[in-house]
Amino acid sequence: MTATAAYQVTHLDALEAESIFVMREVVAEMERPVLLFSGGKDSIVMLRLAQKAFAPAHIPFPVMHVDTGHNFPEVLDYRDRRVAELSLHLVVASVPEALASGLVRESADGMRNRIQTPVLLDAVEKHRFDALFGGARRDEEKARAKERVFSFRDEFGQWDPKNQRPELWSLYNGRHHPGESIRVFPLSNWTELDVWHYIARERIELPSIYYAHEREVIERDGMLYAVNEFLPARAGEERFKAQVRYRTVGDASCTAAVRSDADTVEKVIEEVAATRITERGATRGDDRVSEAAMEDRKREGYF
Amino acid sequence: MTTETLTPDSARSAAAGPEVRRMDLLRFATAGSVDDGKSTLIGRLLYDTKSLFTDQLAAVEAVSAARGDEYTNLALLTDGLRAEREQGITIDVAYRYFATPRRKFIIADTPGHIQYTRNMVTGASTADLALILVDARKGLVEQSRRHAFLCSLLRVPHLVLCVNKMDLVDYSQEVFERIADEFTAFAAKLDVPDLTVVPISALKGDNIVTRSESMPWYEGPALLHHLERVHIASDRNLVDVRFPVQYVIRPQSTTVTDYRGYAGQVASGVLKPGDEVMVLPSGFTSRIASVETADGPVAEAFPPMSVTVRLEDEIDISRGDMICRPNNAPAVAQDIEAMVCWMDETRPLQVGGKYAIKHTTRTARAIVRGLHYRLDINSLHRDESAAELRLNEIGRVRLRTTIPLLADEYRRNRTTGGFVIIDETTNRTVAAGMIVETP
Ligand SMILES: Nc1nc2c(ncn2[C@@H]2O[C@H](COP(=O)(O)OP(=O)(O)OP(=O)(O)O)[C@@H](O)[C@H]2O)c(=O)[nH]1
Ligand SMILES: [Mg+2]
Repeated sequence: MTATAAYQVTHLDALEAESIFVMREVVAEMERPVLLFSGGKDSIVMLRLAQKAFAPAHIPFPVMHVDTGHNFPEVLDYRDRRVAELSLHLVVASVPEALASGLVRESADGMRNRIQTPVLLDAVEKHRFDALFGGARRDEEKARAKERVFSFRDEFGQWDPKNQRPELWSLYNGRHHPGESIRVFPLSNWTELDVWHYIARERIELPSIYYAHEREVIERDGMLYAVNEFLPARAGEERFKAQVRYRTVGDASCTAAVRSDADTVEKVIEEVAATRITERGATRGDDRVSEAAMEDRKREGYF
Repeated sequence: MTTETLTPDSARSAAAGPEVRRMDLLRFATAGSVDDGKSTLIGRLLYDTKSLFTDQLAAVEAVSAARGDEYTNLALLTDGLRAEREQGITIDVAYRYFATPRRKFIIADTPGHIQYTRNMVTGASTADLALILVDARKGLVEQSRRHAFLCSLLRVPHLVLCVNKMDLVDYSQEVFERIADEFTAFAAKLDVPDLTVVPISALKGDNIVTRSESMPWYEGPALLHHLERVHIASDRNLVDVRFPVQYVIRPQSTTVTDYRGYAGQVASGVLKPGDEVMVLPSGFTSRIASVETADGPVAEAFPPMSVTVRLEDEIDISRGDMICRPNNAPAVAQDIEAMVCWMDETRPLQVGGKYAIKHTTRTARAIVRGLHYRLDINSLHRDESAAELRLNEIGRVRLRTTIPLLADEYRRNRTTGGFVIIDETTNRTVAAGMIVETP
């Protein structure tokens, strides 16, 4: 904590304190919390906050990765190292297994964003998780801007945006009946820039794809996609090398890279501060479907 | 009306550079009646401070154009739900963020429609400041008074009355002053610690970020100037030590043994190693051995820090207990007098009703022993014959709790004086409560 003589804290300290408070509330009041860990920067920051909230004890809940099967190898590697270092219990909710067992079917466009929702809900039911920490931030998207810190989900995992519980002061209501659950968003009030400042301050290691590197890409719908086994180049699409980095890490078949020379955290902060496109707008093919794509997915139980 | 196209500036807010780390945080909420221009104002503030992204703006322009709006509807920047866009109103709070070199701002844009008052209360409960908008053509309406009253009840420390849509009244000084006077007279009955009044046009951008040339008679600052400079540090209570114990940290580990720490967020006051403390409800006393964070021990803890406190003596402490000072402690009370804002449409509050109550880190059950009166928000008249409180009604109640609450008056402490009431059958949060008296 960096405090001045006047008993003031910086906005980053205030955000950290609020997130830690939220995580402790969940552990104190809920039966079976789990932290959604994707290997993306927000879930990595969340994990750091969890470490801080319970130190010197271990993080008192497992982490879950909803694995679409379309992974960046750097991210999977990072996930496994972190899990080992912190002696975490990792639950993998696997989309490929769910495809094999017939729980879900591949969607026509091959994107797995929508079909990961039933896989997530199935794992929640199987493990009887009642609180799921998610790294979503309200600054990401207009439907997320509307969500409570403790977000109630019915027995079908659905969010009802017109009927949210009032949430006053820091008194969070996590009560629910069996089968229902609460999504908890400790980073609700953080912006992309806050996250990067925190990564710099805490010297948090990230998967290397967050920093500028050379990669073979194609351009599709105005965005740069890495060519890989999940995303082969289509006829007429030219493959070329470019200096890129990832602003978000999601399913490798629908997450785009951005042109960037930012190969250090300081340079990324400068870049994020100057950028004029939101991170989802710049990198997510899945959000471009319609005006209310995110709201619709959230209603169905997506994060 | 002319068609206005918005072009984003070439560089977004310079505020966002590395020096961002030294900023403090101001949380503010909008308030006021439906259509008075709250969401438009927030859109304008984001736009004029260059806090918008091109894709956000392009999306809003496209929706506006498709609907045949005559100008880009900046309210769409916060009205993000499908139902909100269909109806052209705000339904639930939207949280938005922006920063200038001086401050980071967390905005809660709340709905004006009476049906969604509970969402306004949600947004205002954590606010340091509220912007109360009034349509210059209409003047104060019932909902403006209701929201001003709720802001004072929630003890939002700073209020700003924004007389909006000045463009539609020819930027008339007379209109502005009439509304400002009427509001000031109403606010005088409410116990509002700090009130500022600004004439604006959210749509045209007058007096939002820069002072308007259309209103040379107005000598005060533009709204943003005020938001950047309003002094909030002294709003916090640094006098009364209140540390609600949230969680007991006891590592089950072979490397860390005999560790016992009380985790929580400082509600008020300053805690230091060596301080003599009392733990409630037991009343045992001890001294603070250390105040710790994951980054190591700290010399002092104060709001809003989340820390772990360790004591010199082994005493039995669990979640819901409160660490305070022997000579400055909250009430330990089972009979609570409180103002309650009822937020449930299905069932009213009734005398004899039993509920769960959440107060600091403590949960109790409570029975409503009495309803003293229901308040008419327009006249501030107390109706003592009221038998129940319905959705959005406010009244004074007496509660009896199963276990004592460790409570202060809300006016002295927003954290240890506020509570929520939960219906145990539906699990819904049905009321916000503010303690007025503890015996
Ligand atoms: N002429 C003029 N119109 C305005 C001004 N501010 C807002 N409006 C218009 O007033 C209408 C309502 O504006 P909103 O911003 O949606 O109002 P609101 O207070 O957010 O409404 P709720 O959230 O539903 O309570 C819109 O058509 C705006 O364009 C202003 O300063 N001048
Ligand atoms: Mg609105």
